[in-house]
Amino acid sequence: MPEIEFNNIVKRFGRVTVLEDLNLQVDDGEFLVLLGPSGCGKTTLLNMLAGLQEVTGGSIVIGGRDVTDLDPKDRGLAMVFQSYALYPTKTVRGNLKFGLSVQKLDRAEIERRVAWAANLLQIDKLLDRKPAQLSGGQRQRVAIGRALVKNVDVFLFDEPLSNLDAKLRTEMRLEIKQLHQELEKTIVFVTHDQVEAMTMASRIAVMNGGVIQQIATPDEIYERPANLFVAQFIGSPAMNTLKATVERADGSVSAVHAPTGARIDLSAYSFSAAPKDGDAVIVGLRPEHFSIGCNGHADAGAYFSLPVRYTEKTGSDVTAFLDSGDGGLIAVRFDHKHHHVPKMGEMVEIHFPKDRFDIFDAASEKRI
Amino acid sequence: MTMTAQTASLATPVSKSLRRKRIRGSSIAVLVFLAMWAAFVSIPLYVVIVTSFKTMDQVALGQVFALPTEWTFEPWRKAWSEVCAGMTCEGVSHGFWVSMKILFPSLLISIGISSVTGYALALWKIRWAGTFLFILFLCAFVPFQIIMIPLVVLISSLGIFGTIWAVAIVHSVLAMPLLTLIFRNFYKDVPEELINAAIMDCGSFWRIFFEIILPMSANIMIVVLILMITTVWNDYLIGLVFGGVGTQPMTVILANTVITSFGEVQYNVDMAAALLTAIPPLIVYFAVGKFFVQGITAGAIKG
Repeated sequence: MPEIEFNNIVKRFGRVTVLEDLNLQVDDGEFLVLLGPSGCGKTTLLNMLAGLQEVTGGSIVIGGRDVTDLDPKDRGLAMVFQSYALYPTKTVRGNLKFGLSVQKLDRAEIERRVAWAANLLQIDKLLDRKPAQLSGGQRQRVAIGRALVKNVDVFLFDEPLSNLDAKLRTEMRLEIKQLHQELEKTIVFVTHDQVEAMTMASRIAVMNGGVIQQIATPDEIYERPANLFVAQFIGSPAMNTLKATVERADGSVSAVHAPTGARIDLSAYSFSAAPKDGDAVIVGLRPEHFSIGCNGHADAGAYFSLPVRYTEKTGSDVTAFLDSGDGGLIAVRFDHKHHHVPKMGEMVEIHFPKDRFDIFDAASEKRI
Repeated sequence: MTMTAQTASLATPVSKSLRRKRIRGSSIAVLVFLAMWAAFVSIPLYVVIVTSFKTMDQVALGQVFALPTEWTFEPWRKAWSEVCAGMTCEGVSHGFWVSMKILFPSLLISIGISSVTGYALALWKIRWAGTFLFILFLCAFVPFQIIMIPLVVLISSLGIFGTIWAVAIVHSVLAMPLLTLIFRNFYKDVPEELINAAIMDCGSFWRIFFEIILPMSANIMIVVLILMITTVWNDYLIGLVFGGVGTQPMTVILANTVITSFGEVQYNVDMAAALLTAIPPLIVYFAVGKFFVQGITAGAIKG
């Protein structure tokens, strides 16, 4: 049974339409990540779910109850904000308690819940401090604690990790994931960071321009992106895309990339709709699936020999950007322990496995 | 090492001479202007202070800048408890207590209401908030004299004309537009997420105000407090128009004292009375002036 349902949501600010007829269902106990670039409407969607912004049209159902016109506090939600939004004049304890004192709980229950959350998040030693006396990571924990004590079924996170440094972000990512596994509550998590989405989500909804592009598990989003936007948004460095023309000849299907003259063998690709001869397609090649070197693999679906424009080293990996002939670049990622790092201008031979292509229609940019 | 030492020794004289040059012309102008301004205020102030400590005999000599030959507190005592204002001869002390009685309700009503309206306008989505703010902004610039007579009619129809409450309410109402704008501008800088968090946690307009917003407002409260204390205490016109016999504030009593004279004009007593009237706001400045400056800057940087 879905815990949260968005039904035909429309959101307009004046004449600007941000969301048009959006439908989304979040299952009970799911960790759903809303992922997209800035301004794609993901935060608006979350705020509407929280009740902080009104919907222009459509309805929102939480736990079988239509909450479209309910006040935020009556929706049975808790939210963690990007800036943590701790009450600066209250102690940590006061911050945790504030939401509870409204719920008319007895004092012992409030104390029990505060102690439970503080213990879970390891902030029990900080309970009498003010937010200004806490570090960024501690504030983040308090913000999560403030949501936890409310003992609700749905938690909302609005880019909660973007103000933390890289190390803390990795730690908190893991902790939030563990919290989710322990509590088995529904979480809706907004982020623009694909790594957060890929590591934490049980499902990802990729949004762009107010439209949900694809909603699927992280693996499927990565392996079978539904369209060109998803393909290029997920993965780092971004997927290479080559414009090619389909050629059919006695049963075999291939695509020819004109600038390099490369023939891309698509016979191992399972088309959902087989392209005709001469169709324009976009072939997606993930930089990490290339293999480098002259001893060509038998199962290679594509072979290029191209000059290096420049290389980027990131610890264990090297990304080489090769000149694809038409002013574009082909990124190739490989482990520099197994290959020497090519110099600028050096010709490099690369192979791409047959079964790893992503093919999109050039006009609709949808996967075919 | 030698390289850096050399560049440093080369760089410092240049920057120093540049800085000196830039300051010289403008700083002279500033100094002259400030000196003129200081003289303009402090010379009459000096005369007032020394005169208040002189005996009438010395005042009669007409040497206004001379120090008292014989220091006396008699003019101060007379001004406080004996001097006549019109028909009553109770000194300015009566006016002092009236001013106090006017001050506290004025502060309470004006700050109490305008902090809530400012909070509502800044942090809650209110229909027509923009229009309302614009009207408030215009109202803040309407001179009191223009609406004085209708106000008198209005207040007397409430049946409180001539009482302390009339003066206090008029003060509060007239201060409302400016104070609301000040509070609204302060609360506008409260992060949106903070108020959103409070709305999700509680949702009660009053609880959020009293538990979250009010404790954050210490700085702006000090600013508004000083502003209101000075305005209310130094006011003359409202007190004169709306105060009745026995409910006139200190400034009005002071004016009447200076006007009223039997025989010779007691300049030393008048000066002492003027100083007595001016002292209370000064005390407030000295006591909380430090916070005043902090409060003004706190509005600029997010607290």
